[in-house]
Amino acid sequence: MSDHRPVHENVEEVVQMLGITKQFPGVLANDNVDFTLRKGEIHALLGENGAGKSTLMNILTGLYKQDSGTITINGVRRSFASPSQAIAVGIGMVHQHFMLVPTQTVTENVLLGLDKPGFHLNLSKYDKAIQNLGEQMGLPIDPANKVWQLSVGEQQRVELIKVLYRGAEILILDEPTAVLAPVEIESFFATLRRMTALGKSIVFISHKLNEVLQIADRVTVMRRGKVTAAGVSPAGMTVRDLAKLMVGREVAFDIHKPPLTPGEIVLDTDGVECINDKGLPALRGVNIQVRKNEIVGLAGVAGNGQRELAEVITGLRKCAKGKIILAGDEVTNQDPRSFINHGISHIPEDRHHVGSAPNLSLADNLIMKSYSHSPIAPGWTINNKAVDKNATDLRQEYDIASPTIKTPVRLLSGGNLQKVILAREISGQPAVMVAMQPTRGLDVGAIEGVQKLLLKQREAGAGILLVSEELEELLALSDRIYVIYDGKIMGEVFDNDVEKIGLMMTGTPLEKINEMRGVENA
Amino acid sequence: MDPIIILQAGVATGTVLLFATLGGIFSERAGVMQLGLEGMMLLGAMTAFSVTVSTGNPWLGLLAAMLAGGLLSQIHAFITITLHADQVVSGLSLTFVGTGIALVFGETLSKAGVISLIPKISVPVLTNIPVVGPIFFTNQSVLVYIGYALVPLAWYYIYHTRPGMHLRAVGEQPSAADSLGINVFRTRYFYVFVCGLFSGLAGATISLAISPGWFSELTTAGQGWIAIGLVIFSQWDPVRAMVGSYTFGALRRLVLDIQGPTMLLGMRNPFYYNPYLGIFLTMLPYAFTIFVLVLGSYSAAKKRLGAPAALGIPYVRGERGL
Ligand SMILES: Nc1ncnc2c1ncn2[C@@H]1O[C@H](COP(=O)(O)OP(=O)(O)OP(=O)(O)O)[C@@H](O)[C@H]1O
Ligand SMILES: [Mg+2]
Repeated sequence: MSDHRPVHENVEEVVQMLGITKQFPGVLANDNVDFTLRKGEIHALLGENGAGKSTLMNILTGLYKQDSGTITINGVRRSFASPSQAIAVGIGMVHQHFMLVPTQTVTENVLLGLDKPGFHLNLSKYDKAIQNLGEQMGLPIDPANKVWQLSVGEQQRVELIKVLYRGAEILILDEPTAVLAPVEIESFFATLRRMTALGKSIVFISHKLNEVLQIADRVTVMRRGKVTAAGVSPAGMTVRDLAKLMVGREVAFDIHKPPLTPGEIVLDTDGVECINDKGLPALRGVNIQVRKNEIVGLAGVAGNGQRELAEVITGLRKCAKGKIILAGDEVTNQDPRSFINHGISHIPEDRHHVGSAPNLSLADNLIMKSYSHSPIAPGWTINNKAVDKNATDLRQEYDIASPTIKTPVRLLSGGNLQKVILAREISGQPAVMVAMQPTRGLDVGAIEGVQKLLLKQREAGAGILLVSEELEELLALSDRIYVIYDGKIMGEVFDNDVEKIGLMMTGTPLEKINEMRGVENA
Repeated sequence: MDPIIILQAGVATGTVLLFATLGGIFSERAGVMQLGLEGMMLLGAMTAFSVTVSTGNPWLGLLAAMLAGGLLSQIHAFITITLHADQVVSGLSLTFVGTGIALVFGETLSKAGVISLIPKISVPVLTNIPVVGPIFFTNQSVLVYIGYALVPLAWYYIYHTRPGMHLRAVGEQPSAADSLGINVFRTRYFYVFVCGLFSGLAGATISLAISPGWFSELTTAGQGWIAIGLVIFSQWDPVRAMVGSYTFGALRRLVLDIQGPTMLLGMRNPFYYNPYLGIFLTMLPYAFTIFVLVLGSYSAAKKRLGAPAALGIPYVRGERGL
């Protein structure tokens, strides 16, 4: 599956980072880290959430300043005071969270910060050049489109074009595949290969270990700010080996799901319709049921109404038509608090804005659902002792790594932030759980933890609606799977038939598939 | 109650609003909210009047007013950009500081001293066009014509130049701009300064051209607040700002004129016979401002209006999870 090239000694090293140390308040993000990048290689940087990968790369691009350590680029010692100095020596980074201006066109985004064009913006002239560059690199894009109109995959292409247009020879890609669909990943890898063939060198950060084995020439692994494997060749390694290097222990990849008999219906939607943020219909008559003791998957390509469905079920979005019944009571269009009182819990897709209050402390984030009753608030006031105890207990129970319980949650790594949300949502003994992309962007260890928690809830009696674009995860965790397309449920799959699910995800209703198959069999 | 006269006066008084609104647009496009317009305008009006009284040259007065506005704005810039303080609070205090300074230094100024004003001119040929000629090109202050020129220039600058593109990027997504080497701090300081220049100019336009003289805080009479409403109403677009400013200028004049005649449209004029109605009329622009401000602080409406996404948010490099 992979095409590893031999690792030569004495090859030209374009980046040498030596003894890099970076201290954040309460966290030693990089502890005496060495990292080298060779010309023309794809070097994967692996590590748990919060291991310090992004920090190291942000130092290389001049966004952060290291406390100590040296950086040598193409044999010359460098010290970057700002990103523009790093750009000037050919270093370009595609950030984990995209750095694009949504209201501007692709071309404007590419041209930002450059000193050509001079004063007058002749966009149409540059449109052409940018389109050509994109085509050359296998990154087709319409340069006159505004960025907010683009899919996530297309936005990624813009980020790459931005870097390439600046003539970057050293590319840093921070979790570029986290947001891509499987088909997009294939062509993305082809693009990377094309770039290395042109002599560019690439740092590739990812949590998807099989991708790393497929594409990387060398691998560096970090754990808690330190390097645990420096530039080793992945030839002959397995996903398990990599996971062990990252997490420091064996990771169980097979999921143990005991058979359970689903109980009564806890969530029932009846012909639910709603509109999305742009005012267009997002759901067109959705009927789904979730029972006690089961995990129900919702498969679909991003943007087919999954988010809106999750929001309608949790009371965050108005339902234009239809009914939502929680544990036998109709709750349609009541306020979110009433949904919560009926036992719903929500793990939203957007951890930073919907799932948590980034500037509030760990302790405050953990009481967001329980702040209004005993023991947190026995009377009119909040009992701070109870708040702290709640936080200390949950931090221990869910193994949340944070300097203190007063740390603002925006400083936590992705995996730990997700644990905070899970801890809050599960601790209320939910009857129905809606989990949206609960493992996106998490490292293997954290994914294992989240999946275990979901399975534990299933055994404890919750009915779980799991929304995910990772088909593998859905297949492994779900008892049955609904497929959504364009706001409609295409059907329900009990037998993990991947081909069927794939067809339904692209808009073929189940009856039609059965018909077709019937014809084939006849 | 001649509509041509009302519109002509509307364009003249609207020019004050136009300058202040344009200033607000530049600052807010860079992501810095501007609630200090009133203070900078009043300081500008006082400085313009006072410098003109002592030098006899209204152009010097104008220049001094712009500089005064620009300097005052840098307090706001320092507090919000360097110290990351709340832009609303800082903007409001800027109004108090500006008003205070203007009133203290303006104390000894004569109420309506005879000074030389920015001249009024009519444009040959254009003045003969029916309707448009008398409204826009007849006996207007030179500053009004400068207003005509500034709108397309500002529009071109914001949408069709490289610095304009950087300006928009800094107000929309400062982290993206920063990662590409655009200096977010310098950009914001600069446009806050530009806003100060424009506000000073707006103030000078009052005291040297539109309603000449120095009448303490009545000189600006809350027009800075109306301009803040217009910034939102214009959706941060110079052309819409012009339409809004002239419309409001005309309304201000209409409110005055409508209370004059005893008969209106063949009926007893209620505004003449009942002065309280007149008071309510005068209140309307301010009520409008409050309405627009409330609307503009409602986040869904903000998005729909196209407010710069980073408006009001201090930029700190390397802060995650914003
Ligand atoms: N600006 C900051 N201020 C304070 N702490 C920070 C800051 N940036 C990162 N950290 C902390 O430094 C550590 C390393 O973070 P970093 O983002 O480099 O991790 P990562 O390996 O990229 O993780 P992930 O896989 O989740 O992206 C974490 O504990 C994080 O909380
Ligand atoms: Mg990271």
